[in-house]
Formats: sequence, structure tokens, C-alpha cells
Amino acid sequence: MTLLTPESLAQIDREIAKYPAEHKQSAVMAALRIAQTEKGWLSTETIEYVAEYLGMPAIAAYEVATFYNMYELSPCGRHKITVCTNLPCQLQGAGDIAEYLKKKLGIGFGETTPDGRFTLKEGECMGTCGSGPLCLHNNHKMYTRLTPQTVDQLLDGLK
Amino acid sequence: MSTKVCLWTLDHPNPASLETYVANGGYSALKKILAEKTPAEQIIEQVKISALRGRGGAGFPTGLKWSFMPRSFPGDKYVVCNTDEGEPGTFKDRDIVQFNPHQLIEGMVIAGYTLGARAGYNYIHGEIFELYQSWEQALDEARAAGYLGKNICGSGWDFDIHAHHGYGAYICGEETALLESIEGKKGQPRFKPPFPASFGLYGKPTTINNTETLASIPWIVKHGGQRFLELGKPNNGGTKIFSVSGHVNQPGNYEVPLGTPFAELLEMAGGVRDGHRLKAVIPGGSSAPVLPAEIMMDCTLDFDAIAKAGSMLGSGAVIVMDETVCMVQALERLAYFYFEESCGQCTPCREGTGWMYRVVHRIEHGQGRPEDLDLLMSVGGNISGRTICALGDAAVGPVHSFIKHFRKEFEYHIENKRCMVGD
Repeated sequence: MTLLTPESLAQIDREIAKYPAEHKQSAVMAALRIAQTEKGWLSTETIEYVAEYLGMPAIAAYEVATFYNMYELSPCGRHKITVCTNLPCQLQGAGDIAEYLKKKLGIGFGETTPDGRFTLKEGECMGTCGSGPLCLHNNHKMYTRLTPQTVDQLLDGLK
Repeated sequence: MSTKVCLWTLDHPNPASLETYVANGGYSALKKILAEKTPAEQIIEQVKISALRGRGGAGFPTGLKWSFMPRSFPGDKYVVCNTDEGEPGTFKDRDIVQFNPHQLIEGMVIAGYTLGARAGYNYIHGEIFELYQSWEQALDEARAAGYLGKNICGSGWDFDIHAHHGYGAYICGEETALLESIEGKKGQPRFKPPFPASFGLYGKPTTINNTETLASIPWIVKHGGQRFLELGKPNNGGTKIFSVSGHVNQPGNYEVPLGTPFAELLEMAGGVRDGHRLKAVIPGGSSAPVLPAEIMMDCTLDFDAIAKAGSMLGSGAVIVMDETVCMVQALERLAYFYFEESCGQCTPCREGTGWMYRVVHRIEHGQGRPEDLDLLMSVGGNISGRTICALGDAAVGPVHSFIKHFRKEFEYHIENKRCMVGD
């Protein structure tokens, strides 16, 4: 039995094919992303599995997993909400949106609701400043021009 | 209406589609050079004449950068596009990828042809996963139409492009950190020399350009370098996308000729938000020194004019602040950003960015000490020029310039343990 599903492995294989055959390690960022999407977070076991799959030392994969801040190295909520609070977004009201999210969820940055439904994170620039305040859901879906009303709608839709 | 080089597809329905691009002359520059077997030197010469300067922040002349590439070097060579757009305030490259992906593909393929490369990679910022997916779709479309992959346009020449997705590291916008990241490593910048043109991706000759830079190439090849130059001003060829954020009525991307007065751009962005007045502007992304309103209102937007005014055009990210902004608080957030994003490789940056953040933080929170401003200048001075990459200097730029232009606000904070804004 493999640790990842055949679907995830097929996705990883597609990434490996982008790089010269002797440089499979180039696919490690994508492979960790795909593994995290399946598992919700990256355990040491998952990281070691990915490293073995790519034929690279586990420590090198661990270095990558700890360097880039969108990887989760401990279990997090089913829905991770990352709010950008950098200056351009802040000028456009990100501070108020962040406070609203904290109050509504009853947690601070880096915390998870007791029911495991939400994790709230503070993010850095997402390169979409013209549409701030904004947040990312589980790293991959962006919600822009947030207001308390659209935040309510977003959270209600995430079960 | 003025010419747009990169964002013109937004004036059409289905801006991102291959049909829109081709119906308006897209891929004709590529077809022409492949059919005529245009010598690479001739293309590089046109890029030099165009005075196209790197749109990612450094403003280095693109034609000159291309001329460093050892084109006849046997073996693999690479073209890399830097769409790791994470400089706070910058959000232009995402719009090129979203709304005009085929022009970027054409630009990368022309670069591949000119520089003798066999493959290209586009490194896409981690937080814009949806654009990573749409970019891969555009690549598939281009391959199916014969503009990419094997035997491009029937020429017998092969070149393919792949997407590489970042996962949250500002430092990977630095070109050698980006190469490390594509190689599947921590994104820590390399010591230079050797430069990427001789030792780049997998140790092979590599040219790395910003998204907007590469997307400008088809226009230059099609219309000639001279016409591109004439869109802007001498030494500052072409149009430039300015990402306007902060306290304006209509934040967004505005593509205007280089040399456009700042006042005109501000008006295009709907002016300072209603009922407020301009206080300060960061004209080129968070690493660029801040400028007070009175200096900025006299500036034109080009590399040379902004440099003369004491800042940088950088990536063209214009962060607008009105009179309600506390400069100490604004700087605190930027200082935190550089502290958070320092890769930790060089001691002056790793320790210095944290130190600067802690000092600005205590000033903002009413615990500043009289000597703190001198301390910040000194710590910054000891980072500048003492690191492998430019992140150290980038972190110092805001600290020194905020204190230089708004010293009174910092002194007031230290003395009165509160903010003078809003009193």
C-alpha cells in the first residue's frame, strides 16, 4: 500500500516529467504540495515518503518543507484561512477584516477552532494588493475585496 | 487611447483566449522570425535599441542581459520567467498571466530562440495557484496550436515551457534563489559571480527575466525597437504597468508610457480616497524608499526621474498613503515583513532585520528610547552592502527613508508614547 493515492501519485508524475530525468528533485515542491492537499498537512512520514519517491535524501525534502511557509508541518483545521496583513492590504482595511475573523472564529493567528473546522493564519504579500483585503482558503483559492458580509458568506460555506 | 503593450487584451472579450490573441496579430512575430530565420544578434540589437529595462525591480537593460548569454555554448540552456511576484504592492505580472498569457508564451519562445535555449520555466508565486492552473492550460493550448513544443510553426525547432509553482517565500523573487527553488532546494540566493548567464539552472547558462519584460518582447520584435523606445522616453523605453494600491479610489493596474507624470497616474486611479489628502507614496514596491507627497507630485514615472528623487521605480508598485497613516505603524509592518522573509543565510540580514523590527515595534508600542532612531540608522547601515543578495538593502530602504522624511513622527512617538496622527 502506498501512502498517497494513485491520483496524487499521477499528479506528482506529471510534475516530474517537466524536468530533466536526472533532476527529479525539482518536483519536490509540487510533490509536497500535492501530498499536503491530500493529507491536510505534512507529517515526517509523508515528507520521507515523498523524498523516497523522488530519490532524494529525506533531509533535503524536510529542508524544503520547513523553508516555504505554505507547507503545514502540524495538523491544521479543515479550512485554513490565510489573511494578508501587509501594508497595501492594511491600508485597504485588512486590519479590520483580520480582527473580524478572529472575533468571529474566536481564535487568534496560528490557532485552530476546537472543532477542527478552521485555522487562521497571517499571510505575507500574495501579489494581488489591488483587490485587498484578501485571504486564501487552503492555499489555493483566493477571496478578494473582503467585507464582513463576504467573510460571513465564505465561512458559512465552509463546513 | 494610448498604446498598451501588455494589457491590451483587456479591451477585448475573452482577453486570455488564444483566439483573441491570434486575431489581433498574436504569434506573428514568432512566425516571422522562424520563417525568415532572423539572426539572434538582430533580435538582441532591437531589444537594445528599445531601451527595455527589467520590469521586476532592478531595471537592468534587457538587451544587455541577453547579450551575456553564451548562445553557442553546446548543451542545455534555459530561459526562466520570474512570476514570483511578492514585492508588497506589486500585482501586475498576475494580470499578464491571467489576461494575456499567450503574449508571455510568445515572448518566452522568442527568448528561447534568440538565446539558444531548449526549455523555459515560468516560476509562479505560491499564493496564486489558480493562475498556475490557467497558465498550464494556456501552455496546452499553445502546444496544440503548434506555437510551443516540437517543431514550432513547422520550423523543425523544439522549445517547451513548464510552470513551476512557488509555495510561499518572498526571497525566491531573487533570481538565484529562484533557480535554487526550481532545483528543488531551499530558496537561498547564490553568491555571484558566477552569474546565471554562465552558471544558472542545473549549472547551465540561463537567462532570467521578469514576466512583464518577456511579455514586451513580441511587441518589440513586431514593431521594432525604435517604436518601443518612442513609447517612453530615452533610456526608459516602452509602457510600464503601475500597480496602484492603498488610499486611492480605484486601486488597480494602469499601463502608461514611462515618463508619465505621477499626478496623471493618481488621477487615473481615481485620486486619493475621497475627503483625504496625499501624505506619502512608495513608488516602486515596499523595498523602494518612501517619498513625501510634495516630492512625488513633481515626479514623472521613469527609472531615472524616480532615482533622482531619491527612490526607485522598482517593480512599478505605487503604494499611496493619505494623511491618516501613522508612518511608524506603516514601517512596523514593512519591517516585520523583511524579518519574516529573510532567508537566514547572511548574518547581517538574519539578525539585522529582526533587530530593526523589534526597535520599530517598541517605538510603535510606546516603549521607544531616545537613541532608537540612531540605532536604526546604524543597524541599517551595517546590513547594507554586506549581504549576498539585495533583500538586506531592501529591508533597509524603508527604515532609513521613513526616518529621513518623517523623523518628527518617530520622535513624537518616542517622546509622547503615542501617535501624532489623528491628534
